[in-house]
This record gives sequence, C-alpha cells and structure tokens, in this order.
Amino acid sequence: MPLDPSFVGRTYPPTAPYQVGREKIREFASAIGATDPAHHDPEAARALGHPDVVAPPTFPVIVTMAASSQIIEDPALGVDYSRLVHGDQRFAYTRPVVAGDELVCTNTIEDVSARGGHGFLTTRTDVSTVGGEPVVAVWARYVIRGEA
Amino acid sequence: MELPAQTFQVTRADLVRYAGASGDFNPIHWSDRVATTVGLPGVIAHGMFTMALVGRAVTEWAGSPDAVVEYGVRFTRPVVVPDDDQGTEIEVTARVREVTEDGLTRLEVTATCLGEKVLSQARATIRTAR
Repeated sequence: MPLDPSFVGRTYPPTAPYQVGREKIREFASAIGATDPAHHDPEAARALGHPDVVAPPTFPVIVTMAASSQIIEDPALGVDYSRLVHGDQRFAYTRPVVAGDELVCTNTIEDVSARGGHGFLTTRTDVSTVGGEPVVAVWARYVIRGEA
Repeated sequence: MELPAQTFQVTRADLVRYAGASGDFNPIHWSDRVATTVGLPGVIAHGMFTMALVGRAVTEWAGSPDAVVEYGVRFTRPVVVPDDDQGTEIEVTARVREVTEDGLTRLEVTATCLGEKVLSQARATIRTAR
C-alpha cells in the first residue's frame, strides 16, 4: 500500500534526551577500528578543543535510528518494516558529538513517493542538545520494496 | 587529485561487535538462515558499518577525527561476509572534487568489495588541513 503523501512535512514531537556516554563512544570507535586518541582519551580530545572524547562521524545513527521508530512505527503512516531497506544516509555536522552531550531528536518526514512499484521515504532528524544547540542534521532515505 | 587507497578487512566477528556497539541487531547481519530466507546470498555487513569504515578513511585523509562537515552515501550493493577467518575486504579511494576558498575540501569517495562498487553518490566535505 503506497504511503500517504500528505505526511510530507510532518514533524514529530522531540524525543526523550539521549545521554552520550564516554564508554559508548569508546565502544563504538573500537567496533569500527577507529583508533585516533581523540575517540578514547579525554585529554587528546581536549587538545583539539573538545570537552570530552569525540564520536566518529557515523555515531549519531545510534541516536537517530532509535528516534526514527517514531516515523517507521507510526501506525497512521503504516510502513511495512519487513519490506524496509536503507537506501541513503547523510549527515551535516554543526560540530561532532562529544561525551556528555544530551541529545534530543526532532524527526520530520521530508518526502514520500512511489516509483516502479516501490515506496520511498525520506526522513530528516535534527539532533540538538537539550539546551537547543544544533549538533547534526541527519537524513535517511528508505525504500519500501513493493510486493513481488 | 586521488587520495591513497585504504583497505578494511571485515569478518563476522566485526559484524557482531558492530551490532552490539550500534544496537542494530537485524539478523541478516549475523544469521545465514535469516539472510538466505530473505533472498540474500548470506550474511551481509550493516550498511552503516560500511559507512563507518569509509568514514574512518575520510577522517584519516582529513588528518583529524573532527574535520568532517558533511558525509553522505547511497547503499547500492550488499557486502557479503563469509563465515571464515578472512571475511572480505572493502577498498576505499577518493578524489578531491573541490577545494573552496572558505577552507573546505569536497571528496568523491569510491568503496568497492571484490571489485564491485558497494556505494554510490558517496561524498564527504572536510575542513581543509592547515
């Protein structure tokens, strides 16, 4: 069933804050083999002008993927999760995420379309601190595969 | 200008570690049974794991872990990871498209696995190293 185009432009209520832990950044950096000391050692991060360890560029997806369930699981939109494929991903950073950040996500549906029997859904997640400082804007485009 | 190629080995153990660290426990990234049921040749890497490895290459080229200003990719082909000690390999190269006057460098990135491109429209903007 095609997604309802009237959802384009819909913005969801901000998510509950996500507390970025130093150990989570270290764990994520280790999992992707990122050995730069700024991901692991607060002193090295401070030498670069950051208050604590710096997250690798794709770290925010931990926060935004959880937040996007607001859209993906919105019964009114009706996305069939079993047919969902991650198509595109993009990040535009105001600054890197650092340990100690408390991040809030605001999700918006930017585009809904259908082509060749498949549905397409583009979401934008504005990630900011609880104090309202913008950190990173994250776009994801999903393909909802049509029935074979 | 072409930047020096970087190669990343990817094994099943890496996928398990990434699943835990990222919270993405989709079984197509650890169960051959589930992966083949949905029509894949076998367990595939998380697209976001490939993107993270390419992000490592980008920060390496940038010379600083905090120099990435914008980064985007399209996932075009799955990275199949065999259940052996070698796994597979992702090779990442990049070309400098533009160096702007306000201190940004735009890269066009290519990521391949077994000679096939696994990403398209892979682009990163980094602060130009001083």
